Amino acid sequence: MSITVSGLGKAYRQYRSHWGRLLEWLPFTAPRHTMKWVLREISFHVESGEAVGIIGINGAGKSTLLKMITGTAAATEGTVVLQGRVAAMLELGMGFHPDFTGRQNVYMAGQLLGLERQEINSLIPEIEAFAEIGEYIDQPVRVYSSGMQVRLAFSVATAARPDVLIVDEALSVGDAYFQHKSFDRIRSFRRAGTTLLLVSHDKQAIQSICDRALLLDDGRLAMEGGPEAVMDYYNALLADRQNQRISQETLADGRTRTLSGTGEAAVTAVSLLDEAGQQIEVARVGQTVTLRVEAYTYAAIEKLVLGYGIKDRLGQVVYGTNTYHTQQILRDLPAGSNLRFDIRFPACLGPGSYAVQTALVSSETHLDNNYEWRDLAMTFTVINVDRPHFAGTAWIEPEILIERL
Amino acid sequence: MAALRALWAFRGFILGSVQREFQSRYRNSLLGGAWLVLNPLAMIFVYTVIFSQIMQARLPMAEGKFAYSIYLCAGILTWGLFTEIVTRSQNVFLDNANLIKKLKFPRLCLPVIVVLSALCNFGLIFAIFLVFLGLCGQFPGWNIWLILPALGVQLLLSVGLGIVLGVFNVFFRDVGHLFSIMLNFWFWCTPIVYPASILPERVAQLMAWNPMATIVGIYQNIFLTGTADLSRLLPILALALFLCGMGGYLFRRHADEMVDEI
Repeated sequence: MSITVSGLGKAYRQYRSHWGRLLEWLPFTAPRHTMKWVLREISFHVESGEAVGIIGINGAGKSTLLKMITGTAAATEGTVVLQGRVAAMLELGMGFHPDFTGRQNVYMAGQLLGLERQEINSLIPEIEAFAEIGEYIDQPVRVYSSGMQVRLAFSVATAARPDVLIVDEALSVGDAYFQHKSFDRIRSFRRAGTTLLLVSHDKQAIQSICDRALLLDDGRLAMEGGPEAVMDYYNALLADRQNQRISQETLADGRTRTLSGTGEAAVTAVSLLDEAGQQIEVARVGQTVTLRVEAYTYAAIEKLVLGYGIKDRLGQVVYGTNTYHTQQILRDLPAGSNLRFDIRFPACLGPGSYAVQTALVSSETHLDNNYEWRDLAMTFTVINVDRPHFAGTAWIEPEILIERL
Repeated sequence: MAALRALWAFRGFILGSVQREFQSRYRNSLLGGAWLVLNPLAMIFVYTVIFSQIMQARLPMAEGKFAYSIYLCAGILTWGLFTEIVTRSQNVFLDNANLIKKLKFPRLCLPVIVVLSALCNFGLIFAIFLVFLGLCGQFPGWNIWLILPALGVQLLLSVGLGIVLGVFNVFFRDVGHLFSIMLNFWFWCTPIVYPASILPERVAQLMAWNPMATIVGIYQNIFLTGTADLSRLLPILALALFLCGMGGYLFRRHADEMVDEI
């Protein structure tokens, strides 16, 4: 049930004209095509029961890679070794036939997955219930919305637990409710031992489900590692428009810090202070704290916005904002300015460790003019000293009224 | 051999697809399956009226009120089977691009589905034809089995030709357009609507090079005279096997590239 990919590559034949291909088909003729490589030297191994996310910008080769792993497209070089029953959802739908009804397509897809008719008969009620498309099940698929197609396709692909589940971005089409439901199912498969390969742009999906992530860039395996580190690197890569440096360093606790940006401004220090202005590393639930960010401008900057985010242990942002949203944009800063931002807030966070990320940009997104993007700029821990016990990452103090009727 | 085993493993899918196709073809029509019969019936009616009545065409080799209709049916129904298999095979990989790109399964299932569902349609119309023969007392008796070897050779020929064209059509779409034009010529170059005997001597000789003329001629003989010279099938069988071999070779060689192209 493991997946081993070694030296995998895919090239498409390119002909200068259509006649070239025709000539090549004749016997005893020299090749007239050039190879256009879209994927090269991809090697990785996924252990049985492991969940691995694949990320990369559009055109990086993710879908091609999945197609070769599932076997719908042939590899030009290298091999894929894959054991166990595989269910794959590539792109939209499962190759549904538009003129067949949903039910007919379910049978077709089931038969293609190697299920017997009786098995499908017994799975149908479950598939219908999970897809929640109601009477549409007996309508031709061409009248379905794309969301409905995905619902049905996912329900079929996962009706019987596969040994290996391969999901291409498909799920992002569904609404939030269905996404939630399908991720629950994927998680339960994981617990039962299904090996998972997931392509997604959804940071949360990758970070909350995957053990590991692979970053594809321009047809190569650019990075492999913990989902958070890879995701950070990917974000930095997105911001990497022109002459930006991206660097990653490994911190003492084994986590990876990603730094990127054009460098006109940089954060020089980040610290957390208590009410008395003393630097702390541990905060109590509900304590008022101040996040102090100091920055320096190396060049004259027309517009400067500081953004920050507090991430939980899984790398999900618990809270984040920037001085654009708070309408505190700094304008016309000369080179050599020293800046200090004091961000005061109550630590309404659940117990656990948190990380702070900072960004110095020129507008509300870090894609526009990214001076510096710094992940894991600082970490701190929240402990529950004086509050009633609770679970979760947010402290939402309740008032519970109980009446006996 | 491995290909056959793979096909057997996917028999559920193949049979299911044939069934689904049958169901969905007439799903959104009021008359449903009746269209399957109405279409060839209308065609036969048109030809019978135009050729048999208006043009006063008579068949030299058989007498009887229905002789021309039987002659026509014997040719048109089997020609219909031939064209259905060839034209659908030549588009089968393009039509199923969606499926091929997303799921892994033996792609040879697709032509098999085409052949089986064409045979189902043919079986239905042919059964009606046999009933008609029985009603007008022209049923050829036990000799009806003689059509089986002819049908077998015809199937091999159409499948071989269909797959060759199908593979070509993926890479050179012109093939599809070109062949549908050629099919028109081919139909009129085959004595289906008219008897071969009206052709001048020189043209009739050329007819020997048209495998469908030979096959259709055998059907016509069986239904009108109850006899057939099956030995004439042998060269066509050789041609059919050659086409099948070539289809298989082209398919194996280009199957992977095909997925990238569709």
